[in-house]
Amino acid sequence: MAEAEAAHGTHAEHAEGVHRHPAPTNFIRKYIFSIDHKVIGIQYLLLAMASVFVGMFLSILMRLNLTWPGTKWPILGTLFPAGAPNGIMQPEFYLSLVTMHGTMMVFFVLTTAPQGGFGNYFLPIQIGADDMAFPTLNMMSFWVTFVGFLVLLSAFFVEGGAPLGGWTAYPTLSAIGKDAGPGQGMGMNLWIISIAIFCAGSLLGALNFITTLLNMRARGMSLMRMPLTCWSWFTTAVLALLAFPVLLAAGILLYLDRNAMTSFFIPGGLVVSDKLLVDHKGGSPILWQHLFWFFGHPEVYIAILPGMGATSHILSTFARKPVFGYRAMVFAMFGIGLLGFFVWGHHMFISGMSPYSGMAFSILTLSIGVPSAIKTFNWIGTLWGGRIRFTSPMLFAIGFVSLFVAGGITGLVLGQTTLDLSMHDTYFVLAHFHLVMGVAAIFGIFAGIYFWFPKMFGRMMNETLGKLHFWVTFVGVYLIFAPMHIMGIVGMPRRYAQFTEYDFLKPLHSLVLLVTIGVIITATIQLVFLFNFFWSIFKGRRAGDNPWEATTLEWSTPSPPPHDNFAGIPPVVHRGAYEFSVPGAARDFIMQTEPEPGEASEIVSTEGSSGNGHNGHKH
Amino acid sequence: MVTTATSTKGIGTREREQPIISPLGGRGGGGNGPRGNGGGGGDRPRDDERFRDDRGRLGMWVGLASILMLFTALTSAYIVRAGLSDDWRPLQVPNFLWASTALILASSVTFQMAHRAIKRYEVKTYTRWVTLTGLLGLGFLTTQLLAWRQLVAQGVYLASNPHSSFFYLLTGVHGLHLLGGILGLGYLLARRWNKLASREAIRRRQRAAGVIGLYWHFMDGLWVYLFLLLFLWR
Repeated sequence: MAEAEAAHGTHAEHAEGVHRHPAPTNFIRKYIFSIDHKVIGIQYLLLAMASVFVGMFLSILMRLNLTWPGTKWPILGTLFPAGAPNGIMQPEFYLSLVTMHGTMMVFFVLTTAPQGGFGNYFLPIQIGADDMAFPTLNMMSFWVTFVGFLVLLSAFFVEGGAPLGGWTAYPTLSAIGKDAGPGQGMGMNLWIISIAIFCAGSLLGALNFITTLLNMRARGMSLMRMPLTCWSWFTTAVLALLAFPVLLAAGILLYLDRNAMTSFFIPGGLVVSDKLLVDHKGGSPILWQHLFWFFGHPEVYIAILPGMGATSHILSTFARKPVFGYRAMVFAMFGIGLLGFFVWGHHMFISGMSPYSGMAFSILTLSIGVPSAIKTFNWIGTLWGGRIRFTSPMLFAIGFVSLFVAGGITGLVLGQTTLDLSMHDTYFVLAHFHLVMGVAAIFGIFAGIYFWFPKMFGRMMNETLGKLHFWVTFVGVYLIFAPMHIMGIVGMPRRYAQFTEYDFLKPLHSLVLLVTIGVIITATIQLVFLFNFFWSIFKGRRAGDNPWEATTLEWSTPSPPPHDNFAGIPPVVHRGAYEFSVPGAARDFIMQTEPEPGEASEIVSTEGSSGNGHNGHKH
Repeated sequence: MVTTATSTKGIGTREREQPIISPLGGRGGGGNGPRGNGGGGGDRPRDDERFRDDRGRLGMWVGLASILMLFTALTSAYIVRAGLSDDWRPLQVPNFLWASTALILASSVTFQMAHRAIKRYEVKTYTRWVTLTGLLGLGFLTTQLLAWRQLVAQGVYLASNPHSSFFYLLTGVHGLHLLGGILGLGYLLARRWNKLASREAIRRRQRAAGVIGLYWHFMDGLWVYLFLLLFLWR
């Protein structure tokens, strides 16, 4: 035994004693061009936060125009002299708001925060690694993404302003340049470049995530002992790895169509403003739709899956119960990811596709309901009979489940070809995807922030403000999106700058006003969150290593964790991720690092040589 | 650069250490046990198996998957576009492409020779073969450019017809990726000159060569595929 101990000691020393990169000493390497995954994770979060507030501001402008069309907003005239001359918003300006809102939210918030932010910060810690597999690549993926964001923002300030094509950038309008509208010139070019850059950054990130998870797990961390968050980040990375190249390919083709006179997407004989645009015989705008949605549908799951992982994790922690059906959760997640690649056609039911393919896409789409229902019922099963602690992260996680169900259920409506014929491109669709992909994912992000804030910054966020934030936001988002279902059923079309010309929509004006009030309330309360976030970084109550009494590895290390996460002593994992309320145990949670009672003496002695406390509470 | 202690000593010491670590392995089965609590039961933890640092190779495979998706997307666009209209006029194979195909096929062989040399710790031979591979790669790019010039001289441009668009696009994107491969070879050579070869350093080089080799052979195969796609599928 002594021999083994000594040998183990040397082994630990040479195998694990050296961190791959030393702690940085100067400011730039520490906080700006850092290769520490924790710093990069926070950078991603801050980028997403900047982007979400710009995106939210744009949505408020849209609501103002919809509710009080033609009103003078002098400040707008100053900010956007071309888009809102004399402060009166032009329809084209409204469309550019739609485009930029969608692009920022989908790419720079919903794709970066849950995956780039939390994934970066917590995937390595939760699997017991000292960093990502390729730290320098990790730094590059953030800065590439950041450049993409700057390029996108710059579209506001070029001649003609921001693009008008929506976040889906359908040709032909996106492919023919300025003839399609002011923002379709330079603005659209910048949009494509920005998205291409974003694709590159996401691919680098995805590559890193997959390699890290497969190759860097601590001893004892078998795949089925990983927290569900890790599974969700892994699945998301696989989706990103396979989906983003397709968007990149489509973007290249579109860029060539616009700037090199090729004919991939522009149909032959296209006449715009009495001018024949092209002399070739024909590309197909539908081809873009296929390529775009082959990316676009998995993208929806890229946004929501990390939220699902965080929700499972948080529900289990605060219900003080193991996740109900852990394996089923893992397979459901993969099921959703896999099916996500075969349903892109449901975005194109009215593009003139064969009714047979429509039916196939419809059936596959509806079948996603099965793994989604497995997840939902398992969340409820996790809550069932638990001793629930209603903390802010828990409230947001429960809110996630509510929004996911409310938004998902209308997916079953839209997934049917016959119903989609009338619902397509109405506010019903808007309500559906905002609830299920937008707000639910945002709730997942909020849950994550409240949950992991103590670990990231060593201090707690204010609970009272957190609960206020939750309740107002929760009621607010339903106030915004529930009425939109009704508008959609009545037939209100998406992407219209104003509805003054349509008599049949006039009775809806009180609902439009109600939604706008909801938006203003919801947006205002986010300032409370913002205050809480930054105030707590400096003034929050100090958090211990494990304030939530949680089980996973990130809670076995100090808050915030040291540069190499575990202070040179890699953790050894002895059990699954969710051992709460184990009968006969001393406490109602057992850390993953705690050995089984029978093997305790052996472990303590072997690990004693490397100086590891066995439950991580001895710092 | 960033190499762990594991990667420096991993291969050499792993076998030796196995028996020492195995007592720890006896704990397999870990935390699930009779309680079946928290996370699935019955899985085998990896206690008994030292962590194997394979991240370079793994990362390369994952990266290749995404490159494959990029070309799959372009291929599907190619096939769809080919069926869309009657202005699809396939090009004749530019003569230079036969030369470039031969060059890139040869480069895979020379790279394999290099890999074999480094496996036998024959550093000089290795350097020679890697350099030759790089030169063949540059030769490939040159013949690709010459093929482009040939087409331009015939008045066939990017926008002339959809087939020429795809020809320039696919060869261009592939060429850029191959350029990345040549940079990879340059990296291998830079490491060659980095320091006098200890056995450890050579082992690291063996692994690096294996990883870059994956990429190089993939680019070779990709070119053959593109060649067939462009000139057989018309």
